[in-house]
Amino acid sequence: MPKHDTPLLDQLESGPWPSFVTDMKRMAEKKPEVYDILGQLELSFKDRITHWKHGGIVGVFGYGGGIVGRYSDVPQQFPGVEHFHTVRLNQPASKYYSTENLRAICDLWDKYGSGMTNLHGSTGDLVLLGTRTENLEPLFWDLTHDLGQDLGGSGSNLRTPSCCLGQSRCEWACYDTQEVCYALTMHYQDEIHRPAFPYKFKFKFSGCPNDCVAAIARSDFALIGTWKDDIRIDQAAVKEYMAGNYPANGGSHSGRDWGAFDIRKEVLDLCPTGCMWMEGDELKIDNSECTRCMHCINVMPRALRPGTEMGATVCIGAKAPILDGAQFGTMVIPFVKVDKENDFQDVIDIIENVWDWWMEVGKNRERVGETMQRVGLPTFLEVMGIEPTPQHVKEPRSNPYVFWKEEEVEGGFERDIKEFRKRNAM
Amino acid sequence: MGYDPNNPMEGRITDLGPPHYSKFLPPVIANNKGKWLYHEILEPGVLVHVSETGDECYTVRVGSARLISIELIREMCDIADKHCDGYLRFTTRNNVEFMVDSRDKVQPLIDDLKSRGNKFPVGGTGAGVTNIVHTQGWVHCHTPATDASGPVKAVMDELFDYFTSMTLPAQVRIALACCLNMCGAVHASDIALLGVHRKPPMIDHERITGVCELPLAIAACPLGAIKPAKAEVNGEEIKSVKVNVERCMFCGNCYTMCPAMPLADPEGDGIAILVGGKVSNSRSAPKFSKMVIPFLPNNTPRWPEVVEAVKNILEVYAKDARKYERVGEWAERIGWEKFFEKCNIPFTDKCVDDYRLAYDTWRTTTQFKYTNATAKYTG
Repeated sequence: MPKHDTPLLDQLESGPWPSFVTDMKRMAEKKPEVYDILGQLELSFKDRITHWKHGGIVGVFGYGGGIVGRYSDVPQQFPGVEHFHTVRLNQPASKYYSTENLRAICDLWDKYGSGMTNLHGSTGDLVLLGTRTENLEPLFWDLTHDLGQDLGGSGSNLRTPSCCLGQSRCEWACYDTQEVCYALTMHYQDEIHRPAFPYKFKFKFSGCPNDCVAAIARSDFALIGTWKDDIRIDQAAVKEYMAGNYPANGGSHSGRDWGAFDIRKEVLDLCPTGCMWMEGDELKIDNSECTRCMHCINVMPRALRPGTEMGATVCIGAKAPILDGAQFGTMVIPFVKVDKENDFQDVIDIIENVWDWWMEVGKNRERVGETMQRVGLPTFLEVMGIEPTPQHVKEPRSNPYVFWKEEEVEGGFERDIKEFRKRNAM
Repeated sequence: MGYDPNNPMEGRITDLGPPHYSKFLPPVIANNKGKWLYHEILEPGVLVHVSETGDECYTVRVGSARLISIELIREMCDIADKHCDGYLRFTTRNNVEFMVDSRDKVQPLIDDLKSRGNKFPVGGTGAGVTNIVHTQGWVHCHTPATDASGPVKAVMDELFDYFTSMTLPAQVRIALACCLNMCGAVHASDIALLGVHRKPPMIDHERITGVCELPLAIAACPLGAIKPAKAEVNGEEIKSVKVNVERCMFCGNCYTMCPAMPLADPEGDGIAILVGGKVSNSRSAPKFSKMVIPFLPNNTPRWPEVVEAVKNILEVYAKDARKYERVGEWAERIGWEKFFEKCNIPFTDKCVDDYRLAYDTWRTTTQFKYTNATAKYTG
């Protein structure tokens, strides 16, 4: 395939940020079909519109997901991208790789695909970008037989679960996000590969309320680490921060002169509940008032740590705007143990409770958060067997429209209008 | 033996799942998992994590495009083989992290990275701008209203100094989604760039019968703007649909369901800017990003209006916000009316919500600040 003139894309080769155009040109020298990717992209930059056709259902036998079909609408001009299907590989937890494994994936994609990738897709998969239909089965064979790896999810199924780096390199992780992510991914292989849901369903696992994988914004089922005892304080380290010997916020503000560290201004006054104070040079926390927001811990990581009785809060129903507007996950279960000892059974029970109900009442293309909105939180909590608590709401309802059930009202709903009229004439 | 097209089910293996992560952890990570005590950012892009065992892990974070070639990945592997015992990792924001187990290995690693042109910029930590998370855009997607890799490259070129430094009041998370489907989930970002359509779908009557389930197309519209209709194709009456244009909010869900209703358009499509979202629960609750600029054109190849708008918001925030304040926390403290004034962004009806639950966003108090926008009442 010949090189195309790309005067518009060429303008994206300058500047200090790494250029995907330069990278693609380098790839094209080895795989000339990449010239056609560049050529079609140049045409899109010229026409200011996409040149990919709508959809195209392709896949590998027995799977209903993992491959996204794509065809060019200008294949005569750019035969190298006539078929341009995406292959989603299930990434290893927290996206650590050995170079041996990454090189094997590169060789696989050298053999069967365009050589272009996304590291990574938004959901977390390692995305291989652009191959032909006839390559899919051979690729899948080599992927499973030679690499021992598998595809991720797409369509109305469980999407590839993802997690933060958790305890592998973070002092704040309140549970082992990698292990639960791996265990549930393996437990639900069928749900990932064979769509049976009303719509997509995402798990995301964050080790603490900083939520580095955006679980509360993007996942139908978010497991966000937390603790139930007291924040651990090292008073000696607090003094070091106050003396300016340890950098605040792990040194993240060191590029600008913000003045000397001021524990009152930077920690006590920014605590959302005002539950911290100094007694002499001792830092005190009223943990019963703490909402575990992480600010003080973020600012003084050497002095403060989450408690030792750790677990997670479950938030359900987050999604992006299509269709009824974006939603954050609603706090459903304040604290759950995330325990490998019992194979995460407590977490699995919650998930399957949601699925059993949603698969029955969810409409086509309705995310669970939308189903929750449609039926109301009280109904959803009842389905989940959860007693409503003040923690489930920001504030109680301000309208008076309660959906009383007949059995909740003395004497029930059945009444006799004739008896009524004997006492109350019209 | 490889794949045999004549016996596709022969010897087939399925449902293997991903490799176990423990195979890929660098030794210093594997040995100290669950034992980390604290971390510190030594300089932009360089972190140290200290374990209760006394071990230290030094991480050098570099920015990367999301769209990368296997040639570049192999180069990353060369670097990891040379300096990091053959291990590396990627962050949720498309950064690459090279880890070493002692301080004296850091500088040679950085020197190596810097010797390779601009391919591996070191940074993306602390109170700066880290890498932009984004979607596919014109390089792979069939529903985009803008490109992704192009505008991201243009914006990061302009904000590069904020990637390699830590001078902002807090971290600023920028994200781009090329249509309202938001595969990139930009709805909780400090600064979100969102591809938007502004023309209603066309209806391809000649194709609609063959490619669409009409009831699904009709049901796809959240505002009930699509109705069944008759159309004439080659002198024959066929069943099709029509769109009540006044009710269309250009979400594109109909096109997702029905390929015969395309709405992308060179003049109609562009980028909206939403700001003030956050995911973290730190201090304040997670927040949605709010629309402050409803439309900027797709001026390829470098989207100058978008770049300018992002830089302007970022720099006003950098000057005005307090230490630790995220963009949304700053905007709420000063009031959104002040945000528009300080950023010199014209406020229009497009930024007033008129979709569902809109009333919650209207001002229902006499408390507000006078700004240039109220001068005609107070002048």
